[in-house]
Amino acid sequence: MKKQAVVINSKDNVATVVDDFPSNTIIHFFIGQSEHSIQLLEDITLGHKLAIQEIQPGQDILKYAESIGVATKLIRPGQHVHIHNMESQRGRKDK
Amino acid sequence: MEILGYRRPDGKVGIRNHVLIIPTSVCSSTVAANIANQIPEAVALPNQHGCCQIGPDHLQTLRTLIGFGKNPNVAAVLVVGLGCEGIPISETAAEIAASGKPVEVVIIQEIGGTLKTEAEGLRKVSELVRQVAHVQPEKVDISELSLAIECGGSDFTSGLASNPAVGIASDLLVAAGGNVMLSETTEFIGAEHVLARRAKTPEVAEKLFEIVHDCEERAKFLNIDIRDGQPTPGNIAGGISSIEEKSLGCIYKAGHAPIQDVLKYGEIPKGKGLYIMDSPGQDVESITGMLAGGATVVIFTTGRGTPTGSPIAPVIKITANHRTYIMMEDNIDLDASPIISGEETIEQVGHRVFEEIIAVSNGRRTKAESLGYKEFGIYKIAPTY
Repeated sequence: MKKQAVVINSKDNVATVVDDFPSNTIIHFFIGQSEHSIQLLEDITLGHKLAIQEIQPGQDILKYAESIGVATKLIRPGQHVHIHNMESQRGRKDK
Repeated sequence: MEILGYRRPDGKVGIRNHVLIIPTSVCSSTVAANIANQIPEAVALPNQHGCCQIGPDHLQTLRTLIGFGKNPNVAAVLVVGLGCEGIPISETAAEIAASGKPVEVVIIQEIGGTLKTEAEGLRKVSELVRQVAHVQPEKVDISELSLAIECGGSDFTSGLASNPAVGIASDLLVAAGGNVMLSETTEFIGAEHVLARRAKTPEVAEKLFEIVHDCEERAKFLNIDIRDGQPTPGNIAGGISSIEEKSLGCIYKAGHAPIQDVLKYGEIPKGKGLYIMDSPGQDVESITGMLAGGATVVIFTTGRGTPTGSPIAPVIKITANHRTYIMMEDNIDLDASPIISGEETIEQVGHRVFEEIIAVSNGRRTKAESLGYKEFGIYKIAPTY
């Protein structure tokens, strides 16, 4: 199986794709040693992230087993996770 | 393990043998450049500051200029002053000369104008070249090496592959007794708690939290938002969604070694091992700070690709984005993309990086060197008055 997406830590709720994939593609990846697959709900380009679990608004986006920001809306598995549906919590004038 | 190096009078070891021309002020930078343009062995710093600076900002510029003069990659120095600038010309020259290397000074207002100063500067630099250019490197232990680690134009491959591979190389150099510096305080935001676990003492951890806190507070003080500048548009296009994500990927490049101390911008570390330096995320200012701190070789990971070099040190580029490597092969030295495709492990590429650092230390030219890239930029921490 060619590697299509990477989950860096088994605590993560996102995977990073290693190629360009159109919507509806079934993406295969590993969490630790176990193989998983998810159908993309949107086009996702090289290096961008997809949710591998349902993520509620206000919930941490986890990559490298750490929070990289917080979801601003409900994100379904297979959806693109980026600045349109998550936001940084650091260095902000409003916080 | 041995490398080839130039042992300086103060005992430190460089891997290049430059004659450096340091303008103490922006007002003397053109004269410095004109002198360097006529002597192939000489290089001038394009200094944009040095006058009407106050307090810690003035001291930081002074420390950076002196640090460049003292850097072991520099064999001899000409200081070019205007005469009325805030940076003290003779103190700068004296501090550099304390390292034992030959230092000369020319001052435009004292010699009497551009043409006479350039003539006198040329005479002095050609003499310095005759003193130092013939010196051959000798075999020295690899523990004499001081490595600066930088990342710029990051994308998803940086945190996934090139930074962890460089982290392996960093660990190898620390284990061999060498010196490593990690900078870019902006890119610790959101990852400082992970780095702090490796601090040698609770005081070092506290210093680390403090520089990150100050960095965030400076942005808030200006009533701005770090999100306006970090991640950059290129980072975002490459898939990085927040400064936290960028930072967590960034810190992988410092491997796993304990953190000995947190340095001021341009400060020279007192011992061996891994150090953190307080610097901005901007690549050129960050590299400038680490070279002022005595680094002699730079490893630079990139996702989007970048041409940056330095006037006094080799800068080795590495990317794990195969498209970038193909697009910018004239700028990038190492292709780490086999990690992404699964053909090589992070450890294997880490060892390749270490071997490249040794080859470059032994004289192999990096792509930035062979293209003549000489970026230099001092980090300003207060307005100019």
